[in-house]
Amino acid sequence: MSETILRTAIRTVRPAPLSRPRLTPLLSGWRGLSRYLSPLLLVVLWQAACSAGLLSTRLVASPAQIIVTAWSLTRDGTLPVNLGVSLLRAASGLAIALTAGISLALISGLSRIGEDIVDAPLQIMRTLPVLALVPLFILWFGIGETPKILLVALGSTFPIYLNLHKGIRSIDPKLLEMARTLGLSHRQTIRDVILPGALPDLLTGVRFAVGISWLMLVVAEQVNADSGIGHMMMDAEDFLRTDIILVGLFVYGLLGLTSDQLVRTLEHVFLAWRPARREKGQPT
Amino acid sequence: MNAIPQSVPRQSDETRTQNAVTVQGLTRRFNGGPAVLDRLDLTIAPGEFVALLGRSGSGKSTLLRTLSGLDPVSEGHVSRPQDVAVVFQESRLLPWKRVWQNIILGQTGGNDGRARASAVLEEVGLGHRADAWPLTLSGGEAQRAALARALVREPAFLMLDEPFAALDALTRLKMQHLVAGLWTRHRCAVLLVTHDVDEALLLADRAVVLDSGRIRTDLPIPLDRPRRHADPRFEHLRSVLLESLGVHDD
Repeated sequence: MSETILRTAIRTVRPAPLSRPRLTPLLSGWRGLSRYLSPLLLVVLWQAACSAGLLSTRLVASPAQIIVTAWSLTRDGTLPVNLGVSLLRAASGLAIALTAGISLALISGLSRIGEDIVDAPLQIMRTLPVLALVPLFILWFGIGETPKILLVALGSTFPIYLNLHKGIRSIDPKLLEMARTLGLSHRQTIRDVILPGALPDLLTGVRFAVGISWLMLVVAEQVNADSGIGHMMMDAEDFLRTDIILVGLFVYGLLGLTSDQLVRTLEHVFLAWRPARREKGQPT
Repeated sequence: MNAIPQSVPRQSDETRTQNAVTVQGLTRRFNGGPAVLDRLDLTIAPGEFVALLGRSGSGKSTLLRTLSGLDPVSEGHVSRPQDVAVVFQESRLLPWKRVWQNIILGQTGGNDGRARASAVLEEVGLGHRADAWPLTLSGGEAQRAALARALVREPAFLMLDEPFAALDALTRLKMQHLVAGLWTRHRCAVLLVTHDVDEALLLADRAVVLDSGRIRTDLPIPLDRPRRHADPRFEHLRSVLLESLGVHDD
């Protein structure tokens, strides 16, 4: 008995490396499906609870209702307009954060004096919860676009700065020595050794920054705005339209997912030199 | 302090007018501690292959770092050619540049960089991996690439810092043959830092044993190439070297 088990075990283990290419798509296909099975079941249960009147639509709209609302909001232009406004805010804020974060990290990463001047204040400021600045920002910049974009920019500057700074400072000193023995100039060393070496950390920072920018945007748009997804949701609250609120929520979720995937793609393109790691990323 | 000047056997050949590398009275200490290099004298003739042996902490690496220009000369005098190249124990290739781009890194060769890289990669037997990413190379391949990167600079003085220490025994043998062949073609002065007595005897014209920052033994290796372990003179030199390293053969 035990011998048979052993034999089958050997038989199944041995050819594994050979049959892997055939096996993997099948397995991952099934795994991919099974991952979505339980969320799908939850949605079905949710719909059933709403249809049966167990869940009041005042508390939660049904999935079907959400789809209908999303469609009508798209048709009458409410959703596209507000989505455009939100996207523009996030993009502007991120652009500022990228410029500021990268510049500051280069200053403090590439020179000792720069580090003394730049790093300490930034390390202190990053411990402040940026969202606590909302009242101050409204006092300073009013209720226009400026405080919203600046809030996004401020929040997402820190992960970019911190990660790139760390990346520059943690370049393998052996590679820097090698650059010296090869007679590379300071400029060449920065271009060929330091910056490409810090790129993985920069991209990690950008991914964090993108996530934070959506978070900042949600708060900025819900506190004080007359347009944007957040405003659309706050408006819906006044009319007890849980369906619109949920549409806004899903849009935020989709935006987060899409932008994260975008940065992943960038990583894939720019870090092609890294040995194949988790090729099949988790769908998150 | 141990200040007795030992009688160091000097290089016998006095006819050499110009040396590739001259080190005189080089002393190096870290933070006022004991001298890592203690009034060290060393000369290497153009085209000469010198192996530098010594136990850990004997100052081998410090000497090599000084000669390669990584460490400053504070006491003593060092003269060396302008064109030097170093191969370290790790290949130290930039992972984000393809192998051929690593070879010509920092070279101002114009448009023929690719061709020059290919030629030298061909010479070290790595022509087929010119477009590979360094992290996909095996240990031996990476060291070949590091050798190619050193050779493409046509150095007058080549430093090898335990270049094969991290390789498996078979690969190491192949690499030793490769280095022997490259040296016969290029004829640059070579300083090979190694722990391996056999490696020194297979490759070098002279073996220098470093001990407490001073040269303890300076042993010419007058054997014909290619060298064989079975040669009785090889055996004799081997036991002499091991003796001076503090390892007693029998």
